[in-house]
Formats: sequence, C-alpha cells, structure tokens
Amino acid sequence: MHFKLTNAVLIHLHNIHKTYPGIIPLHVLKGIDLTIEKGEFVSIMGASGSGKSTLLNILGILDTYDEGEYYLNNTLIKNLSERKAAEFRNRMIGFIFQSFNLISFKNAVENVALPLFYQGVGRKKRNALALEYLDRLGLKEWAHHMPNEMSGGQKQRVAIARALITKPQILLADEPTGALDSKTSIEVMSILKELNASGQTIVVVTHESGVANQTNKIINIQDGIIRDIEESKSKQNSPFSMEGYIK
Amino acid sequence: MIDLFQEIYTTVRQNKLRTALTGFAVAWGIFILIFLLGAGNGILNAFKKSSSQFNANSISIQAGWTSVATQGFQRGRQIKFKEEDIELLSDELKEYLYNGSGEIRISSPYSTLKDFVEGNVYGVYPSFQDNEVVQLIRGRFINEKDGVEKRKVVVIHEDNVPILFGTDEVIGNQLIINESLFTVIGVYKGSDFKDSRDVYVPLQTLKTIYNKDEVTTITFLLNDIKSKEESEALEKEIKTVLAKKHKFDPNDWSAAWIWNRLMSYLQMQKAENVINTAIWIIGIFTLLSGIVGVSNIMLITVKERTREFGIRKAIGASPFSILRLVVVESIIITTFFGYLGMFAGIAATEWLDRTMGEKIMDAGAFSRTVFLDPSVDIKIAIQATLTLIIAGTIAGFVPARRAVRIKPIEALNAR
Repeated sequence: MHFKLTNAVLIHLHNIHKTYPGIIPLHVLKGIDLTIEKGEFVSIMGASGSGKSTLLNILGILDTYDEGEYYLNNTLIKNLSERKAAEFRNRMIGFIFQSFNLISFKNAVENVALPLFYQGVGRKKRNALALEYLDRLGLKEWAHHMPNEMSGGQKQRVAIARALITKPQILLADEPTGALDSKTSIEVMSILKELNASGQTIVVVTHESGVANQTNKIINIQDGIIRDIEESKSKQNSPFSMEGYIK
Repeated sequence: MIDLFQEIYTTVRQNKLRTALTGFAVAWGIFILIFLLGAGNGILNAFKKSSSQFNANSISIQAGWTSVATQGFQRGRQIKFKEEDIELLSDELKEYLYNGSGEIRISSPYSTLKDFVEGNVYGVYPSFQDNEVVQLIRGRFINEKDGVEKRKVVVIHEDNVPILFGTDEVIGNQLIINESLFTVIGVYKGSDFKDSRDVYVPLQTLKTIYNKDEVTTITFLLNDIKSKEESEALEKEIKTVLAKKHKFDPNDWSAAWIWNRLMSYLQMQKAENVINTAIWIIGIFTLLSGIVGVSNIMLITVKERTREFGIRKAIGASPFSILRLVVVESIIITTFFGYLGMFAGIAATEWLDRTMGEKIMDAGAFSRTVFLDPSVDIKIAIQATLTLIIAGTIAGFVPARRAVRIKPIEALNAR
C-alpha cells in the first residue's frame, strides 16, 4: 500500500496493533489504518470494548502501540521518551475528558493556564491568556472559582479552554458529553462545532450516535478494526437533530 | 521557581493535617535528638570536670592492718610505711611508677590572730602537686628546697583565706600550726575532691616537728599502663614488694590498700562511652522514625495524587517536573519542620542550662558536679538537621519516581 503524505494530512495511522498483556492477552486494536486531515471534525464510534478509547489514547500519546506507524504532523510517534511525549502532548494535542479532569485545588484560571506553565510561560502572561480563553467560553465571571463550585457544563468549558490555550494541532475529546445532561451536551457540541468552523481539527470518541452525527465524518470501530467510515454531511437531516439527542 | 513554591504552598494548604503530622514527626525526631544530646552532654561534661580534678594516671597505697597471720606474726598487726618504701617501689618497679610521693596526715587545728580552723595538716612532697592536681591561685607550691631545709611553709585552701586573714594578700603571712609559726607561700583552688580544711607543708618539716618517721599514703604516677589487666598485675607486684619488706602475706587484702585511679578512670570512660552511644542510638532511631514518617506520608501523597499527576502529564508535564514537585515538597516540609525542631531542641537545652546548668550534689565532706553545661554543638545540630533533610529528600524521591514511571493513561484512570 502506498501512502502519500501531504501537508494537509495531520494524522496518519498505518496498521496499528495494540495488545494489553495479561494472563489472557487482550488484542484490542487489530490493524488500524486511518488518515485525518487538517480541519476535519471526526468522531470515532463504537460500543464499549471496541477499542475506540485505546485508539484515542494512542492518538494522544497517552498510551503506546505495539505494531505499525503513527505519524502526527509528519512526525513518527514511536518509542518516545516520556519527556518527549510530554512535550508533544503539550504543544500539539489538547485533551477533553469525560470526567473533565480539572485539578481540584486550582481555580479555573490556574487550571486553564497550567499547560502554559509547562511551556515555561511567565505567570502574568499565562494568566492573562487563560482569562482571555475563559472569556471566549463565557466563563469570565467564574475565572476564580474552584471546580467544585461549578456545574458540569462549566467544568467542561474550563477543560476546553485548557485544551485550546496551547493552540494545539488537534483536539481530542473522549466522550466529552458523557457526564453532561442533554442541554449542556448540546452546548458543548456547538462549541466544538464552532471551533471546527474556525479551522480546529477535532477527534471525538463517543458511543452516542447523536454526538457522532454532529461531526463531519464517523469512523465506526468494531472489535479492534475500522468497520466503515461514513461522511455525515447532512447533519440536519439525521434522525438525531440538535434538539433530538438521545441521552 | 516562584511557581513551584506556589504549587507546593497550595498542596500543603490543601492538606493541612497531613502536612502538620509529617512536620510533627520530623520536628519531634530532631528535637528529641538534640535534647538528648544536650542532656547527655550535661552528664558527660560533669564527668570530664570531675576527672580533670585528679590525675587519672595515679595510684595511691595506704598501709593497713594485717588480717592473716604470717611468718610468726599474729594477725591484726599495724603496717607502717616509711619514706624508704617510696624509694624501694621506685627502684623495683621503675618501668611503671614515677614521681613517687608520700604524705603524712595529722589532724590539727591551725590559727591566726583572727580565727582558727580545725583541720588536717598534710606533710607532702613537691610531686604531690602533680599527683593530686593541686591548682594554685596564688603563690607557689612546696618545692625541693623547702623539704631539704625543712622550712616552715604552708599552702592553704582558698576558702580559708577570708576566715583566717580577711584579706587576699596572704602570701608571707603567718599561720600557727601546733604552736609553730608557718609562712603562707600559696593558696590552692578548691574543687570537688579537695577538703577545704587541708593544708600542705613539707613532709620533712612535719616529720621533724612531730618526730614521726612514717608516711600514711604513698602516691605514684603510672607509666605505660593502659588496660585493666596491666593495672591489676601492677597492683599485685606492688603488694608483693611491700609484703616482702613488711612481712605480710601478699594476698592479705587489708595490710595495704591500693587506690588505683586509672581503674576508676577507665570505668568512667566506659560509662561515658555507654552513655554517649545510648544517646546516639536513641536519637538516631527517633530521627529514623521521623524519616519513616515522612516517607510514609509522601508515599500516601503520591498515591492520592496519582490521578492529578496523570492530568498534569496529559497536558504536558515532563517527568522531571513531577519528580521535582514531590521532592521539593518533601524537602520543604522536612527543612521547615526540621529547622523548627532544631530550634526547639536548642531552646530546650538552653532552658536546661539556665535552670540546672550546674547541678552540684553535696555529699557533706565533698561535693560533686553531676550536671554541667547541657548544650549541643551547633555543628552537630545542623548536621543532624541536614541528615534529616537529605533523608527526607530520599523519602520523597522514591515514591516520586514511582509516580513518574506510571503511564499517563494508567495514572488518569487511577482510583
């Protein structure tokens, strides 16, 4: 098979295998080939145990893979030292988690500013920038609140601000609406759509077809292999319209 | 750097109780160590002071009464030593004994026009000064010439100066002993083992006045005797030599009494070592419990914070930055509380010094310092604190390395 790596290609996976060792080794990913271009809004869909989260973790350099190649922005991501991996994650990837993963003893601004701290950005500058991002997500008044004083939707918006602050090449969202009610789910998805509209590449992992249908491309994963990739251009026509999310 | 401290400050504030408990373990460890060392030093210093008041290297022999019948003599015969016995011993055992001296003790009052003291007059050799560590604060001690010329000169105790003369200018003044006029040539310093009633005159002078050819005590300095065994062997030799001369059984324990200060010195030294070792062992184990406390709590902390470290890693924290976070926290806690403990420990020893800095046990005839200057060398205090800080660093480092090694995805899924 011949691949042409163009500038537009952001993520390129070739024959990715991943096995979790154990008494009964678990072969989770059985040869994934995938290409994601810049500016795409992609969802990875599958039932639990299908390997979709593992795939996202590999994309996010949070986990390693056993076989194959993963190119992120034309860089081979393989056998990286933890230091190098941390640097790549910091500069290229923004994460949004189901459980928000905010640091509980830091307020919103400090949470958002943390990635810049690891880039060595000065305190004043990074806090100012964090405030700007919080403002963009409509959380200016909540800037100095602790996570436990905020609602789920607010927390997720803080997390999005934190993911965006380093201007990452790609935004990875693992069940971003999984812990939210349907109203806030719609809010969060519309934020992601807006971000995509302004050129941000986004990959969402979900098991909800309602969420997947909001994206431009749905990658269906089953038993560790990609079953099919469908372009969902006519979102408005999908059975799950904006108002009709299944929760 | 400020950011790092800010981070640590937040986590510390977040876990006040945990931090306080860790801190207490550390502070307590160092406090106990310093306090124990200080108190121990108080005892050891008192020991040292006592041992500086006599010559640890000396041996005294006193004549007694026979308890065994031998060579046709009945038991219960009084043995009397003479000056020639000093020479005999010096000759026979010259490898081990030197600076021989003898003394005669006579109980007698002595007086001035002002007052009198009911005391003891010692006829001594010049070598007595070295053997018994007589420190002069004024004038001089008895010398060879005083003995040869049988001068009537006397050295008195400092405490008797005000009683007898009422002035410090006593050298050259007259003292009446048994109706003879003696000239004061020196004043000696009082100490724990010196009876203030004792005055010293030349042995020869006393012999002439009282017509008494006898020495109550013979004293020598020891040469080349270092162990208990050598010391015991020497005592036996001395007894053998004297037994032959005075015709008593060499195994008769009461015919000649030997007081070997080396033996008591060795025992004291042994006691000193035991005290010292005991203090250090207790101190180090207390310190160790502090260290274990720190490492335990750091271990729990790291476990509790695994998820947080996972989040930090996901957003780009390098392994080093995580390691630094934990280790620096550990260092700060141990340094801060270690310093606090050190400070409290030093304050406590200072307090000890103020309240019972010089505890003197009065046993009537003599008094002994049992506690003196309880303080710790600041160097040792700092060293102990530094040790604790280093140990605290290691205690933080081990769990921190574990936290760093765990994969970010595993850390994120922790708990």
